Amino acid sequence: MLRLDCLRSIYSELERCLVITIMGAVAAELQSVGHRPNFFYLQHAMGLASSTGLGLALCLPDQKVVVFDGDGSLLMNLGGLSTMARYRPKNLVHVVFDNESLLSVGGFPTATGTGTDLDGIARAAGVPRVSTVRDVESFANAVKDAVYGSELTTIIAKVEAKGPSGYVTDLSLLENRFQFRRHIQSLKRA
Amino acid sequence: MPVSLASSKVIYEGLKECDVRLVSALPETWLVHLIRMTDEDPEMILVRLAKEEEGVGLSAGAHFAGVKSAMLMQNHGFLASINGIVSFAHLYKIPLLMLISYRGSLGERDPWQTQGGNVTEPVLRALRIPYFVLDAPETAKKRIRQAQTLAESSMQPVALLLTRDLMWEE
Repeated sequence: MLRLDCLRSIYSELERCLVITIMGAVAAELQSVGHRPNFFYLQHAMGLASSTGLGLALCLPDQKVVVFDGDGSLLMNLGGLSTMARYRPKNLVHVVFDNESLLSVGGFPTATGTGTDLDGIARAAGVPRVSTVRDVESFANAVKDAVYGSELTTIIAKVEAKGPSGYVTDLSLLENRFQFRRHIQSLKRA
Repeated sequence: MPVSLASSKVIYEGLKECDVRLVSALPETWLVHLIRMTDEDPEMILVRLAKEEEGVGLSAGAHFAGVKSAMLMQNHGFLASINGIVSFAHLYKIPLLMLISYRGSLGERDPWQTQGGNVTEPVLRALRIPYFVLDAPETAKKRIRQAQTLAESSMQPVALLLTRDLMWEE
C-alpha cells in the first residue's frame, strides 16, 4: 500500500476537517494531491503533530481534526499518545503511516520494523478505538468511520517505504501557518 | 507543604486576566496549587502532559484555534522542550507564555535540581527568549500581562521564571 494512494482515497473527506501532518513525505505528498487552507504541515518538531492536533481538538470540540503522523514521529513522542488517550477528544482522528523507516533521512529502519507494535501501544495507552489497515480500501473505510464517528481513533496504516523525489515544496512555512489560523478564525465567525 | 498559596493565587488571577483558557502542565512541587486551581476551574482546559515538550504542540493548537494558553513547567521541563521551542514555536512564530519554576537557584536544598539552575538563564539567552524573573507577588500580575502581550505581539515564546522567593514560604 502506498501512502499517496491512501491520501488520494480520503482527500475529499478532508475538506470538512482540520488537518495536521508531520514533515517530509507526508507533507509533500498531501500537497501534491492538493493543498487546502485547512491543512497545516508541521515541517519539523518531530512528534508534536499529534500534540498540536490534541490542542486543536480540545479547543474546537465542534471541528473534526485529522492528524497524519508517522512511525518515526510517533516513536519520538509515545508519551503524547498517553496524553491523547487521557483526554480522548471525540473529534480527533490520529492516522499513523507506518513505513517502518525514517524515509526522509535515507530510509533507516525504525523499531516498528523489528517488532514494535504501534497498534498495541496505542491500545495499551488507552486510545478507545485502534485499527491496523494494510490496503487502500480498508484505509479509506477506517478513516471515514473515524471522521464520521465520535471516538478518539488511531489508525495504523502499514505503507511501503516509498515517497516523493523531493520534500521541499513552494508553500512557505509561515504562509501555511498564517493561512491555517486565518481559515480557522473564519470558520468561527461563520 | 510551604508552597505559597497566596502567590499561586496571584499568578492564577494574572493568567485569568490575560484570558488564558488552556494550560498545559507537568506536576512539580512549586506548581501544585496552580495546577489544582486550573483543574478546579470549569472555564479552563487543563492538559496534564507526559513530557513538557508536548506543551509546545498544545499551545500551537490552541493558538490556531484562537485560544490563549500558558505552559506550567519546571526549568528542567523547559530544557526538555528546546527542540519543540526552536523547530515549532520559533520556526512558525507561535506565541508561548511559559511559566517556569526556577529550581536549583539560591537556597536550593535538592542536589538534583542544581545543574538545571545553573543553565536556565544562559539557555534562555542563547535561544533569544525574552524572560523576566518573578520574585515579588506585588508585581506578578503585571509581569504576566506584559509577558502575554509580548508573546502575542512578537509571536514568539516569552518566559517568566518563578523564583523561590515567590513560590516558597520558608
